[in-house]
Amino acid sequence: MAHLNDAIEVTLNGEPRTVTGGLTLLALLRSLALDPRAVVVEHNRAIVRRPQLADVTVAAGDTIELVHFVGGG
Amino acid sequence: MTAAVDTIRDTPFVIGGRAFHSRLMVGTGKYRDNETMARALEASGADIVTVAVRRVDLDRSKEAGVLYHLDPSRYFLLANTAGCFTAADAVRYARLAREAGFNEFIKLEVIGDQETLLPDVQGLLEAARTLVKDGFKVLAYTNEDLVTALRLEEAGCAAVMPLASPIGSGLGLLNPYGVRTIKRRLTVPVVVDAGVGTASDACVTMEQGVDGILMNTALAAARDPVRMATAMRLAVEAGRSAYLAGRMPKREVATPSSPLEGMLD
Repeated sequence: MAHLNDAIEVTLNGEPRTVTGGLTLLALLRSLALDPRAVVVEHNRAIVRRPQLADVTVAAGDTIELVHFVGGG
Repeated sequence: MTAAVDTIRDTPFVIGGRAFHSRLMVGTGKYRDNETMARALEASGADIVTVAVRRVDLDRSKEAGVLYHLDPSRYFLLANTAGCFTAADAVRYARLAREAGFNEFIKLEVIGDQETLLPDVQGLLEAARTLVKDGFKVLAYTNEDLVTALRLEEAGCAAVMPLASPIGSGLGLLNPYGVRTIKRRLTVPVVVDAGVGTASDACVTMEQGVDGILMNTALAAARDPVRMATAMRLAVEAGRSAYLAGRMPKREVATPSSPLEGMLD
């Protein structure tokens, strides 16, 4: 049984990454110095709306995508 | 005495219930730097600017998101699904874009061929139906095929966007008849998207009677994007005005502009 705060492996924007277990998505964004208002979060293929970012906890094996707008036509 | 012809007033440019001033819509990709982009957007007079959805660069080796260089209170942000090759991917990108919180408009692209970036019309129709059902205002990038355009309108798209020529090609309006026919047959706005290379292309395109033009590379890849943006603004206005004015008939023989009477013996 994994303990809270144990390091866990997730896939973040397509790359394996080690993060602290028990972290919420909001805390994850903060740890990456990302403004939650400027990023859209997809957690295991489901969009997590901004007000819920603090309610969703990251677990080992999760797939997380962090996207934003870039220049395009 | 005959009465002077009334100057025709243009109708507002309305897409999905929103009115816009400019009939020129511009992209934000491929500029050499963000300052040039910002100045070109300003010179274009565009209200609607397109953006793409991509992963945040976690290493910060590349520049931050485009919104650091683009005031979202000044421009209407139209997110695209560029780079998507399946209906499912396009729907996923559209939903992510909507979650950014600006609006429910999406420029829908479902690409079918890597080399020409021509649309996969089957995937496009499928994605359009899904997104319309989901409450999106869909602006569908398509080819100049009338039947596909009709099906997109039936699917509930807010606008249909046939290409002038392939994305980024700058080849200009290759099929004026096809685009004109789509405009004649559809009720929703028709915006030509992609392929315009220079001001004369934009002018000729607007002379077909379409409601607007969306372009990106023509500005970004010009030697002077800001000056080209000005040229495009004027060309879109000129082409629109010429369309509204109604051109003279073409003739194979000359007709004199000066009176034949009053000539000296």
